[in-house]
Amino acid sequence: MKKILINRDFILFSIILIGLIGVGFANPLFVTPKSISDVLTDTSILIILALSQMIVILIRAIDLSVASNLALSGMLISLLSTVHPELPVYYFIALSCLIGTFLGVLNGISIAILKVPFIVTTLGTLSIYRGLIYFVSDGKQVYSNEFSEDFLALIHVKFLSLSFLFWLAVAVFIVIYILLNHTRFGRNLYSLGGNPDAAKYIGINENKYIIMAYSLSGFFAGLCGYLWVARYSVASTQIAIGFELTVISACVVGGISVMGGVGTVLGCVLGALLIGLIRNALPAVDISQFWQLAISGAIILLAIIINTKTEQRKEKTIMVEN
Amino acid sequence: MSMIPDKPPFKLLDILYKKEFILFVVLITILIINSNLTPYFLDLYNLIDSTFLFSEKAIIALTMTFVIIARQIDLSVASIIAVSSVVLGYTTSLGYDTWLVISLTLLSGALCGAFNGAIITKFAIPSIIVTIGTMSLFRGLAYSFLEDSYYNKFPKIVSNLGSGYLFGYIPYAFLTFILLALVFAFILHKTTVGKKIFSIGNNPDAAQYTGIAVDKYTFVLFTLNGLFSAIAAIFLSGRLSSVRPNIAFGWELEIITMVVLGGVYIYGGSGSILGVVISIFILGMLSFGLGLLNVPGVGIIIFTGLLLILSIGFPSFVRTLRRKNE
Repeated sequence: MKKILINRDFILFSIILIGLIGVGFANPLFVTPKSISDVLTDTSILIILALSQMIVILIRAIDLSVASNLALSGMLISLLSTVHPELPVYYFIALSCLIGTFLGVLNGISIAILKVPFIVTTLGTLSIYRGLIYFVSDGKQVYSNEFSEDFLALIHVKFLSLSFLFWLAVAVFIVIYILLNHTRFGRNLYSLGGNPDAAKYIGINENKYIIMAYSLSGFFAGLCGYLWVARYSVASTQIAIGFELTVISACVVGGISVMGGVGTVLGCVLGALLIGLIRNALPAVDISQFWQLAISGAIILLAIIINTKTEQRKEKTIMVEN
Repeated sequence: MSMIPDKPPFKLLDILYKKEFILFVVLITILIINSNLTPYFLDLYNLIDSTFLFSEKAIIALTMTFVIIARQIDLSVASIIAVSSVVLGYTTSLGYDTWLVISLTLLSGALCGAFNGAIITKFAIPSIIVTIGTMSLFRGLAYSFLEDSYYNKFPKIVSNLGSGYLFGYIPYAFLTFILLALVFAFILHKTTVGKKIFSIGNNPDAAQYTGIAVDKYTFVLFTLNGLFSAIAAIFLSGRLSSVRPNIAFGWELEIITMVVLGGVYIYGGSGSILGVVISIFILGMLSFGLGLLNVPGVGIIIFTGLLLILSIGFPSFVRTLRRKNE
């Protein structure tokens, strides 16, 4: 029982619940099933990206290029859909994932083969991918009336009165949960992040895992490229600008350690949900949208400080036992 | 054990392998290509005015060089510019005395930097993640204070500093950058303070054991970085004569690009001010030349990103190949 109470994920879950109740008292309209399902839909893309970012953070790296990758993949399939509106929507989704994966592999190659530090690589590709959007689109937008009906319809499909986006996020959660907890790939990612030297000694090919982690991050960025464009029915050079920081905040709040090798899939989802709740709840309790950025920043800092404190305490206990 | 000489013997050929030399060749090449492509490039007035485009970033790049050599990074500088610019505009609107306005602006920047430094050293958290947080926090504070309005009144001195020239030729911002670069080159390469910063970057634990107050140095460097962001904010606000909360958006990446392209190792311990200064000129002349050729800013963004990755990736790739051949 005591173990459950000090479990990080449980604490995070309680905070979300208390927050929800608090907002509910201030504005009862916010806790209706309709409104909560809207919050879940709105947070789904963040959940998917946070889960894929988690894979990268586990091996002590960060992918800062996800938002640019998302925007570039989204723009490319949008441009294609204006020329070939007859193509089925699954074709666009597959293509978007493929483009995203390709961009992710480029990151991985630069880091693993060219040995350019991850921060430099992904800062560079953040600009390059974003710049390429202007290049391919000539700075123009693709508006909602230019997409085919088929392209936009899928996103509005509902099942059990919850949106397609939400169910997709659930599916991604299950896949990544299994991948990280029940496969050799997942175990090796944790060990590479926990102790890279030891992992190399037992024969884990670090470069292979770096490239794979970044390809996965790229794959999901590509997937979210379609989701983002279809959900907001607009593709422009500006979409998702700065969203990489929101994604990283979700991971950090969810207890994924930037020192690598620590964090749970459930925690990551809860982190994203908390960030999503805050973004949606501020307008509901009459806090100006201009405060949103400052409040997210404060929450990230608070979460990191709490994370580090608990991690440091754990380290101390291990030393005492020895 | 054989004797280790204090200094390796000087060889003329060694200069050719120096990063600074390679950067210098790149700079000269860009100058030659640019002046062949457009006749407006080598115009003295044009060249002088082009420094307005990079001087403010260059000023922050100097302290950022120190921060990165000490194995840290600061992603919040552009957001500190936003905070300091808002303080500048607000204190002016209250009708404070010019010197008080400027002091408070500088103080706000230094306080933001000190806040970064305090969290990083007190809780032993990696600076990259702390400054990702404060990047949102500081920018968010500027937004919540100014919302969708703006400031366009500043003391006369500030406007003059931002867009004026000394003796009618040398922009104040550029002059400030050059003078500060000389001071910083001296501190980094000729004093024990510089030596200590290098040793912190090479091995923080070892530095700690040799009696260097690593945390104190880290704290001071971040405070200094904040102070210099405020100096840049004064020049920038004066030049733009308008402050919105999104001022200098994305500058942190451009500043880090300046430093890393200048040969400063991103994981600390090596680098030189000369390299950074040359890389600042490379990037400045490149975007100025491309601008004259009507290449849109986007082309420059892509090019900068590629340059950043290749400048590090290419040498290390060659090194790996050579090692394999041996």
